[in-house]
Amino acid sequence: MADHDPKDETRERIPAMQSLLENPFLLLFIGVAMPTVFYIIWGIMEVVTIPLAQ
Amino acid sequence: MGNFRLCPDSGLFFDKNAESLMKVNAVAAAVSLLVAGLLALGVALTRWPAVHLLPADQFYMYLTAHGVDALLFWIIFFEIAVLYFASSTLLRCRLAAPRWAWLGFALMVIGAITTNVAIFQGNSSVMMTSYVPMQAAPSFYLGLILFAVGALIGCFVFFGTLVIAKNENTYEGSIPLVTFGAMTAAIIAVFTIASGAIILVPTYLWSIGYIAHIDPSMYRIIWWAMGHSSQQINVVAHVSIWYLVGGLLLGARPMSEKVSRFAFLLYILFLQLASAHHILVDPGISAEWKIFNTSYAMYLAVLASLIHGLTVPGSMEVAQREKGYNRGMFEWLRKAPWGNPTFSSVAISIVIFGFIGGITGVVMGTEQINLIIHNTIYVPAHFHATVAVGTTLTFMGLTYLLIPVLFRRQMILPTLAKWQPYLFGAGMTILILFMMGAGTLGVSRRHWDMDFTGAALSFEYSGMAYTMMGIAGIGAVLAVIAGGAFLLITVGSLLVGKKLDASAGLLQSFGVPLAPEAYNAEPEILPMAAAVEEHGSAGFEAPGTFILAMLLLVSFVVYYFINWKYLSSVWPLS
Repeated sequence: MADHDPKDETRERIPAMQSLLENPFLLLFIGVAMPTVFYIIWGIMEVVTIPLAQ
Repeated sequence: MGNFRLCPDSGLFFDKNAESLMKVNAVAAAVSLLVAGLLALGVALTRWPAVHLLPADQFYMYLTAHGVDALLFWIIFFEIAVLYFASSTLLRCRLAAPRWAWLGFALMVIGAITTNVAIFQGNSSVMMTSYVPMQAAPSFYLGLILFAVGALIGCFVFFGTLVIAKNENTYEGSIPLVTFGAMTAAIIAVFTIASGAIILVPTYLWSIGYIAHIDPSMYRIIWWAMGHSSQQINVVAHVSIWYLVGGLLLGARPMSEKVSRFAFLLYILFLQLASAHHILVDPGISAEWKIFNTSYAMYLAVLASLIHGLTVPGSMEVAQREKGYNRGMFEWLRKAPWGNPTFSSVAISIVIFGFIGGITGVVMGTEQINLIIHNTIYVPAHFHATVAVGTTLTFMGLTYLLIPVLFRRQMILPTLAKWQPYLFGAGMTILILFMMGAGTLGVSRRHWDMDFTGAALSFEYSGMAYTMMGIAGIGAVLAVIAGGAFLLITVGSLLVGKKLDASAGLLQSFGVPLAPEAYNAEPEILPMAAAVEEHGSAGFEAPGTFILAMLLLVSFVVYYFINWKYLSSVWPLS
């Protein structure tokens, strides 16, 4: 049986969503990555795949 | 001697460096607004058919400068001040890297002046959008790039201040909701500025001959990642200020911290994708890209706005009911401080932004019904509801609050100040509604000559379209007068308003710190500021707000279906 640190029981567990909301740099990454992928990169792919006029 | 000053009226603490930077950014914003407002008068009086003031070349020059000064410079200078306030003041923390912040401000000022000079030299009348292959002078693009770099530095000073506050334990638990909202604005700003760099740097190189060709489709997609996202910064900033004003004036706490923060997270994830609605009629772009970015993603951002539209007035209602204004559904609203220009500005902003700006935004973001009004004067009607009333009026309201708090001057002309938000709101609402009507009849935006005089393919608008453009012009004149009143009150207060601190001299109104003795406070949470600096949810006991929210929802649904019905009549299928 693994050792059990009694301090763990008193330490409050932070929910995953709160951890996300309290990490400004992770939010910055997500906030830049989302529109970069779905808007800019996808949009540029749309433009560059337009067939050239013959 | 310390670095913090306590405002005895508001309970807010100001770091000396942050305070000076907030002042200079706010003053630069006011100067930009003055220029934008004067230009607006020229634009409006030209589009008023019976007046038709300016010749064509001047009209396009004025319109370009009005767009850049109103939509970029006024707004972003003010937003940088808001970022410093939301980080340093609300977290009671010293500002990170103040020298970098001053460098950022200097770049923004140089950039704004450079771009304006380029426009007024007359060879850069390319509109704010500066679509290629129209080419402006190189200094037009260079000024915008310098301004963007300066604003980016301001955003990273904000993030650095968050780090300092966390490391120095100046707050407990999570950052306050208003600061979280400002952080959301800063995140969107970073994407906005990066997009601007991606497209404006090559366009600048093209203007000086180092690049031969910029693809117009590519330009439009990437430019709108900057152009529309810059307006999304405004949305997030003014929503954050709504929470701030509710907290400071009424002691309102959010109905639910979790719900409001989740709504801001939706903004971070989805708001910027709404830029795609500018590309809805562009050829060569797939329906999948258009529909995902506008319909699916944008509606999640709209959901966030609907949440804020419920929780901001809802939190005010809960606070008012706690004070005993419990009679009926709306005593809390009747007994609100309508004579306080800060409150009335925010209240009008919420109503016009929600009922007109929000609803028209969804209509414009729907691929099919967008066709009815695409590139008509309905489009500026929409963004005057969101930016001119939603953002600008909110910023005006916050300025009234900050004159005594930040600048330590008593506001002059209080009676005029009391009426100014109503006059501005009324003028803008007339302008917006009648531009919407004219746009629905097909009147084009950005066009000097509504008659298409001498055009090979002429078009005859109905008399109603001309009448509506005339009434819209009257609304614009009223709004410009109200804007002038705002600047008279605020600048006049900074110059001759009664000093609330013995050392609040002329230079102190424009960025110089107060006397050293003023900065002798140790930051702590004071009861007056607790509603915006602490955490806690107020609950959902707000029946009056729920009725108003249902009214908004019904208006939304009815207007949405009216547009589909209208589409079926202008686009018959056999």
